[in-house]
This record gives sequence, C-alpha cells and structure tokens, in this order.
Amino acid sequence: MALLEVRDLTVVFQRRGEEPFRAVDGVSFDVEPGQTVGLVGESGCGKSVTSLAIMGLLPKRGTKISGTVSYDGVDLLKLSDKEMRDRRGRDLGMVFQDPLSSLNPVVPIGLQVTEVLERHRGMPRKEAMTEAKDLLDKVGIPDPNRRLKEYPHQLSGGMRQRALIAIALACRPKLLIADEPTTALDVTIQAQILSLMKELVQDLGTALVMITHDLGVVAGLCDEVNVLYAGKVVEKAMRHKLFAEPRHPYTHGLLASIPRLDAAPGEKLTPIKGSVADNIPWAQGCAFAPRCPNALDVCRTETPAEEDQLGRLLRCHNPVVPGTPAAEEVPV
Amino acid sequence: MSETLVSVQDMKVHFPIKRGVFFDKTVGHVYAVDGVDLEIKRGETYGLVGESGCGKSTLGRAMLRLNEPTAGKMVFDGQDFSALKGEDLRKMRRRIQMVFQDPLSSLDPRQSVESILVEGLRAHDLDKGKESTSKRLRELLAAVGLPSTALRKYPHEFSGGQRQRIGIARALALEPDLIVADEPVSALDVSVQAQVVNLLEELQEQFGLTYLVIAHDLAVVKHISDRVGVMYLGGLVEEATSEDLYAEPLHPYTRALLSAIPVPDPVVEDRRERILLAGDLPSPANPPSGCRFHTRCPWRQASRCDTERPALRELKPGHKVACHYAEQIMSGEIQPHEVKPILIEEDDGISPDVPLVGPASVTEALS
Repeated sequence: MALLEVRDLTVVFQRRGEEPFRAVDGVSFDVEPGQTVGLVGESGCGKSVTSLAIMGLLPKRGTKISGTVSYDGVDLLKLSDKEMRDRRGRDLGMVFQDPLSSLNPVVPIGLQVTEVLERHRGMPRKEAMTEAKDLLDKVGIPDPNRRLKEYPHQLSGGMRQRALIAIALACRPKLLIADEPTTALDVTIQAQILSLMKELVQDLGTALVMITHDLGVVAGLCDEVNVLYAGKVVEKAMRHKLFAEPRHPYTHGLLASIPRLDAAPGEKLTPIKGSVADNIPWAQGCAFAPRCPNALDVCRTETPAEEDQLGRLLRCHNPVVPGTPAAEEVPV
Repeated sequence: MSETLVSVQDMKVHFPIKRGVFFDKTVGHVYAVDGVDLEIKRGETYGLVGESGCGKSTLGRAMLRLNEPTAGKMVFDGQDFSALKGEDLRKMRRRIQMVFQDPLSSLDPRQSVESILVEGLRAHDLDKGKESTSKRLRELLAAVGLPSTALRKYPHEFSGGQRQRIGIARALALEPDLIVADEPVSALDVSVQAQVVNLLEELQEQFGLTYLVIAHDLAVVKHISDRVGVMYLGGLVEEATSEDLYAEPLHPYTRALLSAIPVPDPVVEDRRERILLAGDLPSPANPPSGCRFHTRCPWRQASRCDTERPALRELKPGHKVACHYAEQIMSGEIQPHEVKPILIEEDDGISPDVPLVGPASVTEALS
C-alpha cells in the first residue's frame, strides 16, 4: 500500500444562489515514500484545491469533499479538526507558493520554526532553538544564528522559501506537499530551491507531491506526472513516457506551446486555441473538446472514461497518435 | 533612413532613498540602471532579460521617459529623445508605444475598448471623422484577432489573453515605430502565452515594427528576439544574437542563468549540468564594487574582479561581454570553484556608513 492514496477526490464549492462548482472532479493518485508525484495544469484546473483538500485546509462552509485520502491507512477526510491539527506539521508538511504571506510577519523566523518542534515533539524552547538552527543550516540559509532572530521581511524571497521549507521539514514529515514552491522566485533561485528539494527527497525518503504549472520543473523533478484539466486528471504517466509521447491532445498542445531554450532557431510555437473560458462541463462531454484539434462529435456528447494503456492513464476519445506534429496553426 | 532606430548611451537611473518627515533627506541611492549602452536596429526585436531587480523594466521606462533618467541619453531615429520638451516630446511619443505586463491594471476598467483605442488617436489628431476612425478600429481589432463586437465591451469582460490583445491594439493604434513590451506574456497561462507571442511576431512582419521585449523568461526572449541583452544589477553583462547567446554564453552569469532554466524534456533535464549560483542578488542600493557579479561568480579571480568594473567589449563580431576573464573562461583556462553565499540585507539597502538622522515617522517626530 502506498503512503498516500487519493481515491476519487471530489471538491464541490456551493454558494447560495449559484450553480455548484466542481473544482476537483474524481482525482486519484498514489505517492510512495521517496517518490515525487507532480500535479500539472494551468490556473483554475484544481491543482491547488487538491492539495488543500488533502491537508484539510478548505473552509467547511460551502465545500463538499468526497472520496478518500488515505495516509498510512487512515482516511484523512474523516479525522476531526483536532486530530488533523496533530498530523499537520508532524506527518504532513506543506510549502506554499508565496512565502511572504504564509509566514507570520510579526513573529521572528526562529519562533516560527520552533513552534512546530514544541507543538509536535514537545521540545523545550532552548533545545528547539538549537534544532531550528540546524534546520536553517540544512536548507542553506547563511548565518542561521542571526536569521533566527529576524523577521520575514528582512529575508529575501529565496531565503523566505527556504525558511518555509525548514518549517515544513522540522518534524521530518513523511509526506511533503509543495504548491508552486518556486513560482514567485527568480530562475537562479528556483534552481537552488529545486535542487534542495531533490536532495531532501533523496536523503530523508520524503514523499513529495509537487504542484506546478511549469512543465520544465516537472520534467526535472517528478517521477510520475498527473496532468489536470478542469478538475480531472486527463493523462497520467511516468515522466519519461509522458514527455516522450504525450497522448492527450491537451498535454500534446501544452508541450508544443511553450518556447524551449534548446529549440532550433525560427521554430514556430503552436498555441492551443481559445482559453479555459470555452470549456464545457465534464458531465456533457470532454471539457477540453471546444479547444481540442482532435475533437470528434462524440467528445461533445459523451464524457471520456479513464483508460489504462500500459502504464498510462488517459481520458480521451481520440488520443494523439505518437509522432504527430503539433496541430495546425490556429488563426490568431 | 539610418539602420539604427534606437541608441541608448550611458543611461543611468538612480532613485534617491529619502528619510525624514520635514526635510526629505536623501540618505542613498538605488542604482537601478547604472550605465547602459545599447542599440536597436530598425525592424529587429531586442530582448532584455534579467532577474527581478536587475533594472530591466526601469531601463525600458527610462527610454520612454516614464522615469526621467539621471544621466545618459536616448537617440531615437536620429533625434535626441532625452532633450525633447513639451509639444515636441508629446508628438514624438506617438512613435514609441508600450505594452504592459498586467493587462488588467493597465487598462482603465471604466473605459470601453472603443474609448481606450480612440483616446490615443484623438490625442495625436489621427481621428479624422467618424467613418475613417471606425474603419481604423475594426482594422486594429482584426489585426490582434478580436471580433469587432469587442468595441462596446469593457476590459473585465475579457480573458487575460484577450486583454493583452487590447493592450497591443492600443499600442498599434498610433502606428508606432518602436513598441516596448514589458513582460508581455508573463501574466498569462502557458497555453495562451504562445498565442500572444505568435501575434507579436505576425504584427512585426505585417507592420515592420521594431520591438524591445523585456522579460525574465529567457526561453520566451530567446524565441522572439533577434538579439538579446542580459542585465545584472543595473548593467548589461552580455549582448549577442539569440542563437549565439544560447550556443555559447560567455559571461558566467549568462551561463548560470541558462543552466537554471528548466527544459520540458526529462532526457535533457537528466543530462544537464547545473551551475547553481550561491546566495541572492545583492541590493542595487549598495552594489558590490568592481564587477557586480563577483560576489556570486564561480569563476571569480583574485585580481581585478572586485576592484575594476569590466566594460562591455566585443569579443566576437556581434557578441559583447562584460567580463575581464571571458577568454580564459571560454578556453577552460579558469575553472569554476565553490562560492559561499554571503548575507544579503533586505533593509532598503542603505549603506551602513550613512548615519540615519532625523525622525523616521510622524509619530516619532511628535513624541
């Protein structure tokens, strides 16, 4: 059994007087210790909501969560708030996108790290401070003794993200969820943070769920990749397989639309036409159908089922034949 | 017609850091742009890349005189743009237009698309009667791929990609020679980014535009630019054609930057060698002496690097680099070494030797 098993996770937001909105629609994936699983998609595809649902951080009012999230055999969705509080920070660590808004601006970094240690490991403050210093050192913050006393605004973006990772790792959680951990950072700092996370996964055997919109980050870091579109996993495969042979038209189109550093000069980009606003609901057919170059009539009438194709999960009526170039140039 | 459209000479933009309530004492400067020379040829796309805080946006804004440069000048089509005043300046501005990063905050939410597009035409007396204007507006919308029904709508009714198209249409309306695009695609989703990038390329072909594209994403810049300038802490460190820059980066910073950008291909990613830079960008208010990059440079040498600021010099035809040891690094004579990250202060960068005098806030002044 895997460390984390997410089965058929569905999150529906219901506001009074409005149609219910299915932000996450039957997402399933497993994470093993020492493995990195990526959730990729554009904004609004439900990747962050998935992570918040796993962590039990969604507001109770107006949110309906169904499915199971079993961690070590325990369904996290069934735990009480108190039980969940005991697990967050101890078993489950989370790193958020924007380190400035997820750190407390009026509490020194040191106290924010020791807080976790005192709460979950019952360490006395003094001992916790020494541990905190080691942690900051481990995530590569220079002069940790001084940094412990400083406030978040005194640190640079990269250092803040490191501090956040130190907090998330303080209790050696078996599972770490990173929600766009490098999106707010510059590329050279991003490279530092990614190599740090890679090291941590290797050294501590942490299971990592990496949420990002950047396919480049996924290509270098994740073992298994889940591509999300409008709340559903449309394609899931090991990274080499996925990037070498994308079968879903969305994955295929996404890869053709990003400029690559190693592309030949003069190569044209092939954008995906339209925008997420053109989607149709999954209940009616395939949400991607209005933007899809491969769409058939059946795509607009029947929801595609998830099919297992030799280690690849695919949700598509008319997948891309391997080796086809990107779809025709769409008129701008 | 001269080949060079824009020439920037020793451009400097220093922002004063002020403290105190009553006297606005200047306690230091942020050296946002500190001596940049560059030339943009007619019809080409010049890409300016660098990380946040390197001064690329400030340089772009200073060229348009949205920020007054502290020193240096920009010559536009043979005329000294920096010396223009009043009506001459206003008239000249028609020929240089800008596309901003965030399309929602750069479009007035209470103006319809028609009003946004007509405003510029009126200001420059290009509004010659109802019929010709409405024809012109339709042409503009068609050029950027929006339906003509868009005219009556307001910015909030559009998606991010469509808003950016409106921003581009606004810039096009005045038939400019130069368009400065500051992070034109970074606020957009990946699948939409490509649409806007392709649109910019098509418009360039169609109208013979010259672009200055400012972006942090080197992959995007490499894709659309003919020549690329890499900035670090207020100065250009390397300038080359986009192929040369990628094939043979000469400056240590460019090498690190290129190696840091993830490529969406696991095979490439597994084989790539990463040059990880230690630490953060130093504060532009207190830049390092000598070469600005020496504090993080893995190829740093004992002499010259920390004392003498390297000038941008042409190493090969069309390939300029600001590094004392570029030749030796290229030939492998100098090998990279480990760099310890140094502490970067995030206070607003006032150098410690300037005493802070005067009250820092109103409450302090009154107590």
